Amino acid sequence: MNGRAGRVPSPRVRPVVSSRLIARKTEPFMTTSAPAAAPPHAKPAPKSRIRRAHRGEGRLAALLLSPTLLVLALVIGYPLVSALRGSLYQRGEGLDANGFVISGEHFVGLRNYTDAFTGANGSRFWNAFGNTTFFTITTVVLETVIGLAMALIMHHALRGRALLRASILVPWAVPTAVSGLLWRWVFDANGIANNLLGQQILWSADGWPAKWAVVIADTWKTAPFIGLLTLAGLQLIPAELHEAARVDGANAWIRFRKITLPLIKPALLVAVLFRLLDVLRMFDLPYLLVGNQKYSVQTLSVLAFNEANNLHYGPAAAYATLLFLYVVIVAYAFVKILGADLLAGARTRTPARRRRSATRPLAGRGTPA
Amino acid sequence: MTTHATDRPSRRASAKGPGAAAVLRYFGVAVIVVYCLAPFFWMVVSAFRRPSDQFQLSALPRPWSTANFRAVFKPEVGFGRALLNSLVVAGITTVVTLVIGTVAAYALARLEFRFKNLVAAVIIAISMFPPISIVVPLLKLFTDIKWINTYQAMIVPSLSFALPLAVWYLTSFFRQLPAELEQAAMIDGCTRGQAFRKVILPLAAPGVFTTAIITFIAAWNDFIIALSMVNKKDMQTATVAISRFTGAYGFDQPYGTQMAAGVVVTVPLVLAVLAFQRRIVSGLTAGGLK
Repeated sequence: MNGRAGRVPSPRVRPVVSSRLIARKTEPFMTTSAPAAAPPHAKPAPKSRIRRAHRGEGRLAALLLSPTLLVLALVIGYPLVSALRGSLYQRGEGLDANGFVISGEHFVGLRNYTDAFTGANGSRFWNAFGNTTFFTITTVVLETVIGLAMALIMHHALRGRALLRASILVPWAVPTAVSGLLWRWVFDANGIANNLLGQQILWSADGWPAKWAVVIADTWKTAPFIGLLTLAGLQLIPAELHEAARVDGANAWIRFRKITLPLIKPALLVAVLFRLLDVLRMFDLPYLLVGNQKYSVQTLSVLAFNEANNLHYGPAAAYATLLFLYVVIVAYAFVKILGADLLAGARTRTPARRRRSATRPLAGRGTPA
Repeated sequence: MTTHATDRPSRRASAKGPGAAAVLRYFGVAVIVVYCLAPFFWMVVSAFRRPSDQFQLSALPRPWSTANFRAVFKPEVGFGRALLNSLVVAGITTVVTLVIGTVAAYALARLEFRFKNLVAAVIIAISMFPPISIVVPLLKLFTDIKWINTYQAMIVPSLSFALPLAVWYLTSFFRQLPAELEQAAMIDGCTRGQAFRKVILPLAAPGVFTTAIITFIAAWNDFIIALSMVNKKDMQTATVAISRFTGAYGFDQPYGTQMAAGVVVTVPLVLAVLAFQRRIVSGLTAGGLK
C-alpha cells in the first residue's frame, strides 16, 4: 500500500500479474454480463437469430412502459406545453382592438421574453441568470474538488470506514429546506459562524456574503454525495494496476493522474452532470437561507416562483421556459464536449458498458481465491 | 503465487507502520467526519438549549432542555399534522412510483425493442427537469380545477421527479441479476410474467427496497411543490411548516424551535439512510450466480 515497500517485488513478477489480470477480466464475459436473451457463449450470433429470439418483445415492452410514459406525459409533457403557451400570454387589463377594456388573459406574443431580455424585467432576469450561473460554477467546482478528495481519503482509510460512510450520508439525508434554516442559524449575525471568525458579517443581508453563504451551504450538503459516487468508481479500479505502475516507478501523483483519474472519469462526469443540473434549478437554499426577495441570491427558479405567486403567470412561465432551455443547453453541451455517458448503464451494448461490466466483478469479489 | 509471497510483507508493513502517511490518513478521516457532522451537531445542540439560551455558544447545552421540542409539538403549531401530511404525500408517491416504475424498469433491463435507448434517454433526461418549470403551469391548472390544498396536488407533481429516479435505480438493479435465472425458470415452464413475479422480483427485493427509500426521501424532502400547491396550514408538509414557524417576538427567527423541528424531520431519515447503506452494499455483493 505504500511506495517504499511496493518497489520490492522483482520485475519477474510483472508478467504474472498482468496475465492474471487479463484472465480475470475476460472471465465475466462468459458468466454474467452477456446480453439478456442471447446465450452467453454465442456472442457473435447473426443478427437474424437475435431478432428471432426477441420477437414479440416489442409489444410486451410497450405494455410495460406505457403506465410510466403516460404518467410522465401528464406530469411533464403537459406542463411543458402549457408553460410554453402560457409564456405567450399576460394577465391583467388591456385594451382590445376596438378599445374595449378586457380583463383576464390576453395574447402578447413574445413580449414576456423580450421583456425578460431587454425590457421592463431585463435587469431582474439577467441578475437571476447571473446568480444561477455563478452558483452553478462555484458550487460544482468546489463540490467536485472536495468530493474527489473525500473519495480518495475514504478509499485509503484503514479504519473508521463504517463511521465515514455513516457520517458522509448525513448531509445528504438532511432535507434541503432544513439545511437552509440550519445554515441561516449558523450565519445569523450573532451566530456561530461570525463568532468563530471573530467578524461581524451580515450574511443574510443582500450582497456577496449572502452569495457565499448559499455556496457554502450547498457545498456542505452535496460534496459528500459526489464523494460517495466517486468512491464507487475508485473501488472498481483493480489494485494490480497501481501496483504495476508502482513497480514501473510511477509516483503517487503520476498514478493519480494516469490511472485513477482516467478510470473514475465516467463515474465522476455523471456525478458532476447531475450536480450541475441540480444547481441550475436551485430554489430551497436561497429562498430559506437568505430570503426570496433578496436580489443578490435570487435564482431563476426563485424569480419564476415569485412572479407566479404574484399571479404574473405569463412572465413566470417565460422564466421557467428559459430555465428549462438553459438546463437543456448545459446538459447537451456537457455530454457533447466532455462525453459524459449517462446511458452507459441503460444501453444494451456499448464499449463503455462492456468495460464496466468487465471490471465490476473484480471489485465485488475482492482478491481471487 | 509469486505475487502473494512478495505482497504479504509489504502489506503488513504498511498496516502497522505508524508513518506520516498513516497519520495523514487519520487526519483526513477526522476532517471528513467533522465536515459532515459539525453543522448537524450544531442543529441538535441548538435544539436542546433553553429558548432563553438560544445564542449560547457552548459546545453542549447548559442546561439541557426540551422546551424547543415541546414548543414544536404544541397543538396550535400543528406540526404533528404537518408530519402526517408529509408521510401521506411521500408514502403515496413512493408506492405509485414503485408500482409503475418496476414494470417499466424490467422492460428496460430485460427486453429488446426498438427505441429502447430513446426511451431510456427520455426518462433520464426528465429526471433533470427543473421543478419550477412544471410548478408554474400546474399551479394554474390546479387553481382552475380546485386542487389547491389537496394531497393529489402535491403527489402528482412529485411523480415527475420520483418516477424517473425510481426507474433509473430499478433498471440498474434488475440488470445486475443474471438473465440465466429467468431463462431457467422459463425453460421449466414459467411464462415471462411468472418468471418476473416469482424469480426476479424476490431476488430484486433489496434493490426495490433501496429504491423505495431513495424515492421516499426525495419526496419527503420536497419543498417547492408543497410550498406552491398549498396555502392552508392543515395541508402543509413538514418542510413547509418549519419554514413558516413564527417567533414569539415578532420578526425574530425562532431558531430554537426550527432546529428542534429540523431534528424531528431529519433523524428518521438519517436512521433510514444508515439502514439503506447496509442494504445497498449487500445488494451489490449478493448478486450473481451461485
